Order: sequence, then C-alpha cells, then structure tokens
Amino acid sequence: MSQPDPTASGVADAGLQEEVERLQAEMEEARPPHAGPISQAAAALVALVVGVLAAIGSYALGLGRLTQPGPGLWPFAISVVIVVLSLVLLVTGRKLEDTERFSKSSLLTAVALVTLVALAALLPVIGFEIPSLLLTFVWLRWLGKESWRSSIVISIGAVAAFYVIFVLLLQIPLPRLI
Amino acid sequence: MDISPILNGFGVVLEPTNLLYCLVGVIIGMLIGVLPGLGPGATIAILLPITYGIDPVSAIIMLAGIFYGAQYGGTITSVLLRLPGEASSVVTVFDGFALARQGRAGTALGIAAIGSFVGGTVSIIGLTVLAPVVAGFALDFGPPEYAALGILGVLLVSAIGNGNRLKAVIAACVGLLIATVGRDTFTGAERFTFGSLNLAEGIDFIPIAMGLFGLSEILYNIEERHNQVHSPAKVGNVWPSRKDLGQAKGAIGRGSLIGFLLGVLPGGGAVLSSLAAYAVEKRRAKQPERFGRGAVEGVAAPETANNAAATSSFIPLLTLGIPANATMALIFGALLIQGIQPGPQLVTEHPDVFWGVINSMYIGNILLLIMSIPMVGVFVRILRVRPAILAPITVLITLLGAYTVRNQVYDIFLVIGFGVLGYLMKKFGFEPGPLVLAFVLGSMIESSARQSLLIFGGDPTGFLTRPISGTVLAVVVIVAAWPLIRKALPRKKPAAVPGDSDRVEEKTP
Repeated sequence: MSQPDPTASGVADAGLQEEVERLQAEMEEARPPHAGPISQAAAALVALVVGVLAAIGSYALGLGRLTQPGPGLWPFAISVVIVVLSLVLLVTGRKLEDTERFSKSSLLTAVALVTLVALAALLPVIGFEIPSLLLTFVWLRWLGKESWRSSIVISIGAVAAFYVIFVLLLQIPLPRLI
Repeated sequence: MDISPILNGFGVVLEPTNLLYCLVGVIIGMLIGVLPGLGPGATIAILLPITYGIDPVSAIIMLAGIFYGAQYGGTITSVLLRLPGEASSVVTVFDGFALARQGRAGTALGIAAIGSFVGGTVSIIGLTVLAPVVAGFALDFGPPEYAALGILGVLLVSAIGNGNRLKAVIAACVGLLIATVGRDTFTGAERFTFGSLNLAEGIDFIPIAMGLFGLSEILYNIEERHNQVHSPAKVGNVWPSRKDLGQAKGAIGRGSLIGFLLGVLPGGGAVLSSLAAYAVEKRRAKQPERFGRGAVEGVAAPETANNAAATSSFIPLLTLGIPANATMALIFGALLIQGIQPGPQLVTEHPDVFWGVINSMYIGNILLLIMSIPMVGVFVRILRVRPAILAPITVLITLLGAYTVRNQVYDIFLVIGFGVLGYLMKKFGFEPGPLVLAFVLGSMIESSARQSLLIFGGDPTGFLTRPISGTVLAVVVIVAAWPLIRKALPRKKPAAVPGDSDRVEEKTP
C-alpha cells in the first residue's frame, strides 16, 4: 500500500469538489433566498461599528506602552483588525450570497423568542412549571404544527418528566410552585 | 515508553461510573447523529451544565463519546435519507445512497460501521503513542509559543471552516473581544463592564456556548422549513459479505491514515479528511466510474477517515491545549470549568484525565460498533421522530440547565442573548464556531502575549527570533495571506475526467 499523500486534500480533485458543491446546493434549496447586497453591506457595517466602538472604548482604557502594556492595548489591537476586515468586507463582499432573507417564517422565530424571554422573566416569580408548560405547548402547537391533542399530551408529559428528573431525582434547586 | 499510566487509565475507564458515562455519551452521540437538527457541538454545549456536577474524568469521557458517536450516527441519515447528519458525512451520500437505492443499505451501513471502528481504533493507537511525545516536546513552550499557537489555532479554524473566511475571522475577533470583558488580571482595570457587577466577573463560557451553539441552532431550525422527511430506505442485512469487505479493505486502511493525519491539523478535521479519502480512492480505482453509483469503497473511505480524524483531533487539545475545531473548544471549556488546564502538563499532572479519556475511546468504539451493526434497527426507527417534538424539549433543557449552573436568571438571559446573536450571525453568513473558539482561547492568548512582551522587555521582534514561535507566526502569515497567494499563482486546471460529467448529468435528471 502506498503512503497516502496528505496534500491530496488541498487539490481534492475538481470533479469531487463540484459534486460536493452541487450536493450542498441541492440540500440548501430549502433555504430562503439570499438577501442581496444591502444585507451584506449592513452586516459589514454592524461589524464596523462594533470595531470602532471597541477601539474607542479600549483607547479610553489606556494603551500603555509595549514595555508596560495597558489594559486597553490588546482589545485595541483586535478592534483595529475588526475595523480593517469589515472595511474590506464592505468593499469586496457585495456579491456574496451567504445571507438569508427574513421571511414570514422568521416570525416563528420571533414568537419563539418571546416565549423564551417570558420563561426567563416568569421563572423567579411563579416557578418553572407553568412557564415551561406554556413554552412547550406554544412550540408544539404553533411552531411545530402538531395537533392539539398531541401538543397537550406531550407538553404535560415533558414538564412532568422534567419535574421528576430535575427536582425529585437530581434535587436541583429550581424555583417552583409545588 | 512507560506504560503503567496507560494501564492505570484503563483502570479509570473500567470503573462502573465511567463506563456508564461512556455508554451514555456514545448513545447520545449516535442519537443526535441520527436525529436532524442538533449537531454534536450544539448537544455538547447544551449538556455543559450537567458536567458541572460530575467528576472531570467522567464528564470528559461522556462529552468525547458524544463527539465521536455522532460520526457513527451521521452515516445512517446519509445512507438512508440522503441527508448527511454531519458535514463530515456529505461525501458518504454519493455512494451510500446509491447503495441504498440498490437495496444494499445494510451493506453500506455495515461497511461504514466497520470502517469507522477501524479508523477510530487506529487513530486512538496513534493518539496513545504520539500524544505523550508531542506533550513532552511542548513542555518547554513559553508564553510566546502559546501566544503564537493560540493565534494560529484561531486563524486556522476560521480559515478552514465553512463559509466566508473574512466573516469567520471577524467573528473570531469579536470572540477575542468578548473574552476581554471583565476585570483585567494584570492591571485590575475593569474593561467593557459598563458598571455592571455581573459583567465585572467576565462573561462565562457556558452561556456563550449554550447560546451560540445550542439555542441559535434551535432558533434557526424553527424558521427553517419543516423539511419533508422521506421515509428511510429499508435496511437489509447489515453484515457485509466477504467480497464487500475485500473491496473496502484498502479504502479503510488508507482512510484511517488520511483521517489521522488530517485530523491532527487544527481546522482540518473530519470534513476535509472525508473529502480527501474519497478523492484518493477515486483516483486509485481501476474503474473510477463506479464511484457515485454505489462503490463500497466510496462509503468506506470517508466514513473511516472522518472517525479517525475526529479521534486524532484530540491530540492538539490534550497535548498543546489548542482546540482543533469548535467542538474541541467546547471540551476545552468543559475542562477549564473543572479546573483542569489542558496543555502539555496534562499528561503528567492529570494522568487519570489524559489516559482515562483516551482509553475510554477504545471502549466507546466497541460500544458504537455494537450499536451500529446488531442494533442499527433501533436507531433507524428513531429517524421517524419529528424534529418539532424535540425542539421544545431541547429548549427547556437549555434554559433550565443554564439556570442551574449558578442559580441565576441572569444566565438564562445571557443564553437567550447569545442565542439571538448566533441566529442573526447565521442569517448574515457568519459562523458562530470561530467566535466561540476564539473566546475560549482569548484570555490565554492575551495573557501569554503580554507576559511575552514583559519577557522581551517590550520588544515585539522577540516573537520572531525564538525558533518555535517564529515558525508558528510564519505559518500564521502564510495562512492569512493564502487567498492572495493563490490568486497570484497561475491556475492549473485539471483536465476533466470524462466519466465525471456523464455521471453528474445522470444524477440530476
């Protein structure tokens, strides 16, 4: 058996590369369409703003000198890299197709987010049982499009299982009603 | 080589609790490999709070089991549904699904399982022999070497991962930035805390990992498309015939070596090695046109290689303290949580962790072989579970788990915050992986760099004149400049293989 050449990976043959790309493209058909140059510019701008703000913040912390690095030196260096790279991205990244458009189904994610925040907010007030029950139910019924019946059964079952595992078996001090 | 610590390591693994955690780990790994939605990274992130309460050795044994177990499970969906469960199983789809269509799904799964087992085991033997040597070599690394290695690790993972590399490096830099939040250990100054007491302690690794890896993936999957789930192809006899084994033998051997070698490289890992192994087999084959039409080697090679790579990617983590990919970054973080600093001292200071984890993989692979051949039917049945039912349960585990770490609602909000950040990053084409990896390495890189500057008396050229850190930094420059170099080089286009194009046409009717 001949020794396999590890550099083969670098030049993995073109036919294969194409095939992989084709397959990946096929799998991504279900993805929403890409969102175009404006979203690319927006992404680069957000990164740019983060970089600029961090650079200002770290400059204010004090850079010190190389013999005596101040607390701001390292974050300042990173911020400069972010600023430079996001500028490059802003200029060269217009034609990228890796952003995803927000669609109607993004609303589902927004709903999901609301349930998460509600759980976190209600947890210390009324314990974990009711918020968890609501969360699982909403997710099953409206986000997952399960039937009413299975949504009710599964959410009650799941929360009961959590109660048994977390509270009774592992005795984790979760805030709770019962 | 002194083998008594290795034998002691087996003693550690064979303790009933550790065996149990190993079993739990590989079962979870198999399951999430089979189930759509969560990958091993997300799963490990979500389960981090659990590892808080258990013994370090058991915790890492379990997490490692999830990681390599997922490589076995990912094969099943590739072959039966044409949906690669893991990126590293993408190439398996070509011949695996072709075999399934010919009614030979069982053969494909059986060969893949045997290949995975051989690849994994060869790689563990390599790990056993090589890891202590590398660790010994790295023992006299000083801060400059660590700073350079850390930067290289972050850069390689960003450069080789999927997606746009500019965006990946930006994400990594944001990770480095987040790592600076909190009190500066050198000067005591508070950085980016905005007067918040919570932030003064710095941002904890667990909520970041849970949010960016776990929750973001769930949020992203909600909106995605309730994909039509095909009903899986029928699995017949999983025991491959002698003829199939004979055909796959060479591919398994070469796949093991390729996987082992590429897995060691940071950022390389499973995906690259499965591609390389497939390419090598196709090149060597007497009738390359069989590939894509159900060649047994086309399943054996990538599946062997991805397992070998998954295992050998532990080498840089356990010997240098540099995670080779985002999932290794999570295991790195889990070790830190347990108060264990991964690095060259690991093998001498915590031989039980070092050898316990490595040796658990021998056992784990045997367990996985049993689960993938005689028990494969059980996992095939799990394919029918709808993702919609799993999502809320995983979310509950995530949020309540985050709370249990410190009994603070603040941590739940952090997880939600990072979950949203990760979701938005995905929408805008940024991978969260490099961010998490950079966050994990961030404080190490910073403190090593600053210590080095103190050693050098403020002269940054000191990094370049030390042989090892200089070499590593040279590699950093090459990796960073690689896209430019490649543009400058004249392109040589390999002549298209005639068989290739016919087949592609045939595949897309």
